[in-house]
Amino acid sequence: MSQKITSYPGHEITPEEAREGKYLDIVYKFEPKYSWAAGVAISRFLTELKDGKIVARKCYKCERILVPPRMYCEQCYRPTDEWVQVKDTGTVNTFSISHVGTDARRLKTPILVAVVDIDGASRGMGILHKLGEVEPSKIAVGMKVQAVWKRPEERQGAITDILYFRPIGS
Amino acid sequence: MLESPKELSFEASKMALDSAGLTLKDIQSVVSGSAPDAFDGVHMKGEYYLDGMGAVGKPHERVYVGGGTGVFTPIGGWWNIASGLYDTCLCVAEEKMSPLHPHPQYAFWSIFDQILERPLGTTLLWIFSLEMRRYMHKYGIKEEEIAEVAVKNKGNAVDHPCAQLGAKITVDDVMRSEPICEPVKRLDVSPPSDGAAAVILASEKVAKKLTDQPVWLDGVGWTLDSTHWTNRDLAYPEYVEKAAKMAYKMAGIKNPRKEIDVAEPYDPFDYKELHHLEGLQLAGKGEAAKMTVDGVTQRDGDLPVCPSGGLLGVGNPIAAAGMMKICEIFWQLRGEAGKRQVKKDARTGLAQAWGDLMQVGTVTVMRS
Amino acid sequence: MTPGLSTRELMFEAATRAYEDAGIDPRKDVQSFVCCTEDFWEGISITDEYMPDQLGAVLRPLCTISSDGIIGLATACMHIMSGIADVAVVESHSKISDVVNPDEIASFGYDPVYTHHHFDADPRFLAGMEMARYLKETRTKRESCAQVAVKNKKNALSNPRGVHGADIDKGIVMNSQVAASPLTELESSKGIDASIVFVLASAQKARKLGDHPVWIRGIGWSSDTPVVEDRDFARAEYVEQAAGRAYKMANVKSPASYFDLAEVDDTYSYKELQSLEALKLASRGKAGKMVDTGAFDTDGRLPVNASGGSLGVGHLLEATGLHRTLEAVMQLRGQAGRLQVPRAKRALVQSWRGIPTATGAVAVLGN
Repeated sequence: MSQKITSYPGHEITPEEAREGKYLDIVYKFEPKYSWAAGVAISRFLTELKDGKIVARKCYKCERILVPPRMYCEQCYRPTDEWVQVKDTGTVNTFSISHVGTDARRLKTPILVAVVDIDGASRGMGILHKLGEVEPSKIAVGMKVQAVWKRPEERQGAITDILYFRPIGS
Repeated sequence: MLESPKELSFEASKMALDSAGLTLKDIQSVVSGSAPDAFDGVHMKGEYYLDGMGAVGKPHERVYVGGGTGVFTPIGGWWNIASGLYDTCLCVAEEKMSPLHPHPQYAFWSIFDQILERPLGTTLLWIFSLEMRRYMHKYGIKEEEIAEVAVKNKGNAVDHPCAQLGAKITVDDVMRSEPICEPVKRLDVSPPSDGAAAVILASEKVAKKLTDQPVWLDGVGWTLDSTHWTNRDLAYPEYVEKAAKMAYKMAGIKNPRKEIDVAEPYDPFDYKELHHLEGLQLAGKGEAAKMTVDGVTQRDGDLPVCPSGGLLGVGNPIAAAGMMKICEIFWQLRGEAGKRQVKKDARTGLAQAWGDLMQVGTVTVMRS
Repeated sequence: MTPGLSTRELMFEAATRAYEDAGIDPRKDVQSFVCCTEDFWEGISITDEYMPDQLGAVLRPLCTISSDGIIGLATACMHIMSGIADVAVVESHSKISDVVNPDEIASFGYDPVYTHHHFDADPRFLAGMEMARYLKETRTKRESCAQVAVKNKKNALSNPRGVHGADIDKGIVMNSQVAASPLTELESSKGIDASIVFVLASAQKARKLGDHPVWIRGIGWSSDTPVVEDRDFARAEYVEQAAGRAYKMANVKSPASYFDLAEVDDTYSYKELQSLEALKLASRGKAGKMVDTGAFDTDGRLPVNASGGSLGVGHLLEATGLHRTLEAVMQLRGQAGRLQVPRAKRALVQSWRGIPTATGAVAVLGN
């Protein structure tokens, strides 16, 4: 710190003190609700997921096949041109074994999360999803995986229609 | 901390004004930076805390680029002055993460795509651990090498008066710490914190009247990469490279590795320091780990990195953390960093922050 | 409302049109992009994550300003004036149709300790209180506020964008459902979806691009205290301060006679009158009388909100300031169609960030 500054303001408090109610606090809940318009591209993507398919968009100019699909190519800055069906298999680009949930609480069973590069799309076109039916210690970058879908009648047109990806050959 | 966002902002602003020998009357505009409103629990929090900052009756804008905000706030101050509109600008970064229950981590759930990602139960740690894995895989870097950064920074932080987690630890301690989201372990990560930091910028003519030792903001740069982070190669932060090049061009820096004397890259996770050093062109791709292991980035090394203790050691109140780095470079370039002062004669320093879904890089080059 | 398009797709459409109009390729010609958004209106923390692709800003300098659109324009101006950019893009939007309970979010803007939890009321209660105080202190007639709604909604009928245009009279306005007394629903603007994109350039560059540059001659912005109890409800001090700065920059000595048209904030009917007084387009307490005599009608002495304003077109959250600017720019370009104010050369635009803030911005435009 600068020599001119001699004291540092601030009262540190510990989580325990806060829980014990040592300091006056106000607790409130905030419940905003949203109904996001998925838009043209994602609506179609979700509809196809319900059918057990993964679709992508193609840009004729750079010839990339984009997944998740989008109606505009962000590199060429022009509308994309065509719907293309891609495979539901892919390669693990990277993965992680998560022991904590969304609110930082410890999980009993770790979540196996990965970025899966989808076969049929351009190189590096990955989506975020989970892995399953695999021992955490056996997961490796470059592993070939296959989507495991919910039963057709259970699908809702959501990313969770794919339960997880499992290694091919297992 | 007990202080409210307004009080945190006030303390930081007051400290900055006092140390510059100015009062609020001398300040012509204010730029503030703070990351997600979700933490403080107020919508439009830029409006909420502006009285604590001293922005009442003044032109005020809140800049916001996720985690990159801390270094971006003085960049906002820079354009307020460089445009010629104002001569003095107070830049304050504030962050109060503790109000969010059950854990500040929760706010990060809503940074993910609402339709394609959140239903999977996302948590911020995922993107870091995914990136860390990719980085390690591509360049063959070991977790032990990365852990050296945590050891260095937490050790450096012992000398920082505001440090939350300053401690002398070993690589072994890091390796044995609880795995949170493999390969990320507890000691690889910085904690959520509350804090605020401020700097005062002034135009050349005003600065020269105020002090004999001004530190000049010679280069600024920022870049935002595509939303579709799962389509990018996470092993290399291209957005940091572009932001750095923008700042280097402005500052007239041709060979960063030689010309930068001290650096404060953003280190919310230990591997991030390495990742960013490479993006900043201060280390070749995949080579930053070796630099660390070899001691180059220690305070007495050839390129001291995070002499403050960084986010890993001092704490990570998102926006304020980036500003803390700016302040550290300021003190280092003036020789006022006390026990944290780097050994070499530091004339040119760099501060960098990162944010969003592995997307934004904000860089400043400062010279004394 | 635009349920068929996602926010990003909406932005892509707006941006494509703006770039076409300016004749630029965002991938090559733009050095800075500025977006004006607020997390909670989007439902996303860190909204700038979702901005670059559809604006052509991938791997380019893009930043978010959590402020009104006109402050976004000011930021872009500062980028250009500092030399870091020759061409800058400003974007803001409202996708209010995505928000199921906007009142919950608006209420969340209040001070969490002193204000938020004590009133289980429509968040517009603050506007009602401010209106009551304004009417009393300036001795403005209640009916004059209603006349603002009548004027703006009527104007909006000629505006292709005039979603909330209507042909009504003061009686209907004053008898409409109470929003937050004395404010009624017809005096409270309603949210719509839109995305607005502007391309700004340095003087040198602007002369080469596009056919109809409009110049920003002065711009100013200011914030009054967020502590609602400390404010002077009758005056919009933040507008007075912002206007002072903009007028100084543009060398405007007599605002009341300088402008050919003005697009000012009318989020609530009384706001238009309060803002006009703060902008010195009417002396204190006189704006009400002037609107009654038709001084601010499209064919009056100073057309105010000829577009229909937010009351006639719709409210656009952070993009409201850009909406005011868009309508003024169309006028200055002579492209305002049925709304056209003849020989429009100088326009004033002003915005307010909405309750519970006291932040606003002013810009002086000319062709």
